[in-house]
Amino acid sequence: MPLTGPSAGRSSRRLRGGWTINRWAWLAFPTIALLVVFFLAPLVLMSLRSITDPPNAGLANYRTFFVSEADVRVLANTFYIAAISTVVCLVIGYPYAYLMNIVPPRMAGVLLIVVLVPFWSSLLVRTFAWEVILRDTGVINSLLISWGLISQPLSLIRNTLGVILGMSQILLPFMVLPLFAVMRRIDPEYTRAAANLGAPPAAAFRRIFVPLSLPGVAAGTLLVFVLALGFYITPTILGSPRETMISRFIADQVQQRLDWGLGSAMAVILMVVTFIALVLASRVVRLRDVFGALEDES
Amino acid sequence: MSATSRPVGEAGQRPALVLRGLTKHYGGVPAVAGLDLEVRRGEFVTLLGPSGSGKTTTLRMIAGFTLQTGGTIEIDGVDMSRVPPYRRDVGMIFQNYALFPHMTAAQNIAFPLEMRRVPRSEIKRRVADALALVKLTGFGERYPRQLSGGQQQRVAFARAVVFGPRLLLMDEPLGALDKKLREALQLEVMHFSRQLGATVIYVTHDQEEALVMSDRIAIFRDGRIEQLGTGEDLYNRPVSLFVADFIGESNILRGDFTGNGDGGWLTRGSWRWQVGSASMAGREIADGAAAWVIRPEHLRVESSGAALSDGRNAIDADVKEVLYLGATRKIELTLPDGQTAVGRESAEAGGIWRSGDRVRLSWAITDGVVVADG
Amino acid sequence: MSDSWRSPNRVLLVALGGLTVFFLVVPTLIIVPMGFSSSQILTFPPPGWSLQWYEKMLTDRQWTTGFLNSFQVATVTAIVSTVLGTMAALGMVRGRFPGKSLANALILSPLIVPVIVIAIGMFSLYVRWKITGSIVGLVAAHSALAIPFVMINVATGLRTLDRNLEMAAQNLGAGPGRTFMRVTFPLILPGVLTGALFAFLTSWDEVVVAIFLTTAKFRTLPVEMWEQVRQVVDPTVAAVATMVLAVTTTVLLLVFVVRRQAPAT
Repeated sequence: MPLTGPSAGRSSRRLRGGWTINRWAWLAFPTIALLVVFFLAPLVLMSLRSITDPPNAGLANYRTFFVSEADVRVLANTFYIAAISTVVCLVIGYPYAYLMNIVPPRMAGVLLIVVLVPFWSSLLVRTFAWEVILRDTGVINSLLISWGLISQPLSLIRNTLGVILGMSQILLPFMVLPLFAVMRRIDPEYTRAAANLGAPPAAAFRRIFVPLSLPGVAAGTLLVFVLALGFYITPTILGSPRETMISRFIADQVQQRLDWGLGSAMAVILMVVTFIALVLASRVVRLRDVFGALEDES
Repeated sequence: MSATSRPVGEAGQRPALVLRGLTKHYGGVPAVAGLDLEVRRGEFVTLLGPSGSGKTTTLRMIAGFTLQTGGTIEIDGVDMSRVPPYRRDVGMIFQNYALFPHMTAAQNIAFPLEMRRVPRSEIKRRVADALALVKLTGFGERYPRQLSGGQQQRVAFARAVVFGPRLLLMDEPLGALDKKLREALQLEVMHFSRQLGATVIYVTHDQEEALVMSDRIAIFRDGRIEQLGTGEDLYNRPVSLFVADFIGESNILRGDFTGNGDGGWLTRGSWRWQVGSASMAGREIADGAAAWVIRPEHLRVESSGAALSDGRNAIDADVKEVLYLGATRKIELTLPDGQTAVGRESAEAGGIWRSGDRVRLSWAITDGVVVADG
Repeated sequence: MSDSWRSPNRVLLVALGGLTVFFLVVPTLIIVPMGFSSSQILTFPPPGWSLQWYEKMLTDRQWTTGFLNSFQVATVTAIVSTVLGTMAALGMVRGRFPGKSLANALILSPLIVPVIVIAIGMFSLYVRWKITGSIVGLVAAHSALAIPFVMINVATGLRTLDRNLEMAAQNLGAGPGRTFMRVTFPLILPGVLTGALFAFLTSWDEVVVAIFLTTAKFRTLPVEMWEQVRQVVDPTVAAVATMVLAVTTTVLLLVFVVRRQAPAT
């Protein structure tokens, strides 16, 4: 029912405190309820558990984590791998998004599909594919050996290189989509004006196009980084224990050592770090642009 | 009506811009179909026409953004065929200004100077001069979004002239502004460009604007120039109905023309009008369908019975509306076959006609111009 | 229009683009031929072709149960998320109530919280409620993850809907219910369908939460794969993976078709 015009008054109610509520609002209730019960409650209770397991632990779990050098190294390692993956994604993703921006619409559509299909394909399947490709007896090594280029297999897996390769490929769409969304909104008149004013193509690109694309860069970088922090499947399959990222660490605490207190604490730490990164992001770029990019293109 | 007091280059000087046989096809469709144009140094030429008539395409070809399909463009005698836009040295003002949003006004204006490796100290000076020229001193540190429409337009102008181009291209720069501001800026643009001695190619679809600002106007139709001339030329001696319709208001009386040496007769139903030689505008008109274009101010509204003076033609009409417009009065009339006619009289005189009156419209045989119809 | 003066070095750009396309597409496709390998181990290129692994997959109880479980969970999740997500979209776009922006943040938050955190949080609580290892727990969890996608898709459609159409319907005599059924809903249907398909995919491919919420008795296909990938590596996994990929691609094609049919996008 339209809410503009005179009928609006009839379907809204004024509550105490000057708030209004209208009929449509009730439709959201079941969803909110489901999320509160099955999503929010678990998170809240887990956070509580981080300070109540073992009983009266207080901040003991957190202290344990930060005191242990090995544990903190895991966190540092997580940042490190996430950061490198982000940079790789940016280096590969920016030219690709730019290419999408300058080719005719048909071609851009094709390039977009090429980005979106991996986006929606199973993470596990893709990681598994990388496993098959990078193993000592995998595709790359088999081909290189059969062509006589090497005699010993290259170590491409169970190390940082393998993890980063796999993660970059999986995270690339998250970099390309926000970049493209911002780039396509840059008015081509600006680069034409720059050319008219004497700027050769390289200068026009550097001084006009790149600065105007920075919001997209910020959005993509932050999105990829934040997602990379929480990666579990890919680093576990493609990496060795040296490349343990915090998500695997958390899983180990809970599944193998059954240390719920410590596991929950680290989960809370990961959540907080993610949240902080996003808050920083929202200072630099409107988050709506990022999600807008996802909803436009998906 | 046009800017007749501009110092324009001598006829013998090399023209600032020459277009020869300029063509542009998109797919099989011609957007510009064989243009020839010569613009003298310091002239203000307007490309005027309806949307899609090819004027903006022509401008963009001169700037170098669109490669022509055929023909040549010469700026200051130099063929531009192989010259990319960033080396053409023409100033351009875009329709929506295209001011770089991430740079201040001063940085925008400095940009072309930076591209030309002008030393830093000189850039500062020239930017300040440019801002002073457009009367925006002190606004240099503002970003485009902090400026009003009129201010943005002036910054765009300053940026386009700061590197001293001899040719200025303007693509409907005043379109986004309200009427009063537009009129004020029209005069400013004329003034600035005259001060700089620049040659200006101006694109618009607003005929009043064209008449106010230009030395010469080129009327565009379907990718060709229908007529090129001063505002006075176009207004009083339009070469076709299209031009007559486009510039100013006009009454168009269609009929059958028969020539007789230096004049002729136009017949319409039971009416037969003599065409004086002046109304032929020095052109040959073939016998057959033609139209007499008469401006409203040339139509005299008189009472039906009055005697018709020599050297005048007449037609009966009924007054439909009389509209008071301040300085003038506009009279809308209906002709015997239903066609509408328009007359104008000064508000001081006249004022005796009422809606429904039967009157007679008269005009001199030398008024207006007869053109071929078709 | 030859804007060749515009971009720096087009050739290099196209080459990079081609490499990126290769990088994005080829790795995933590698597993397809592996599933048809005649050798007993995963090698490339496969020495010969055989359907033995597909046979093995279809006869192995674990795989077939896993497939059916996944399909069940994904379908129910799709239905639940679509209904709730559509309602939520209507509530968010057209509703007004105190705390609306907070509710909006809540509904979108599953996209932001790291999935491992979600997984262990849910595990700890669902174990207490005894809904782990069952379809209920998994559907609840997957729905929470999928609803944001549905909501975003439907909300976009809602926002671009011309309100005048609904007012015209009312003016012509349709009450609120009929206006919704005959005017609003048909027009947002592409968004709803797209959301449903994405919800299906989200559940179908989901592995991290599933690892924690499933047991040996009730497992989804991704979890079976996860177990297999880390221990035994015979090409059956490749066959399974190809199958998973096939389902995903089919669903994506359906999305494409739905988009094409959309009346006024």
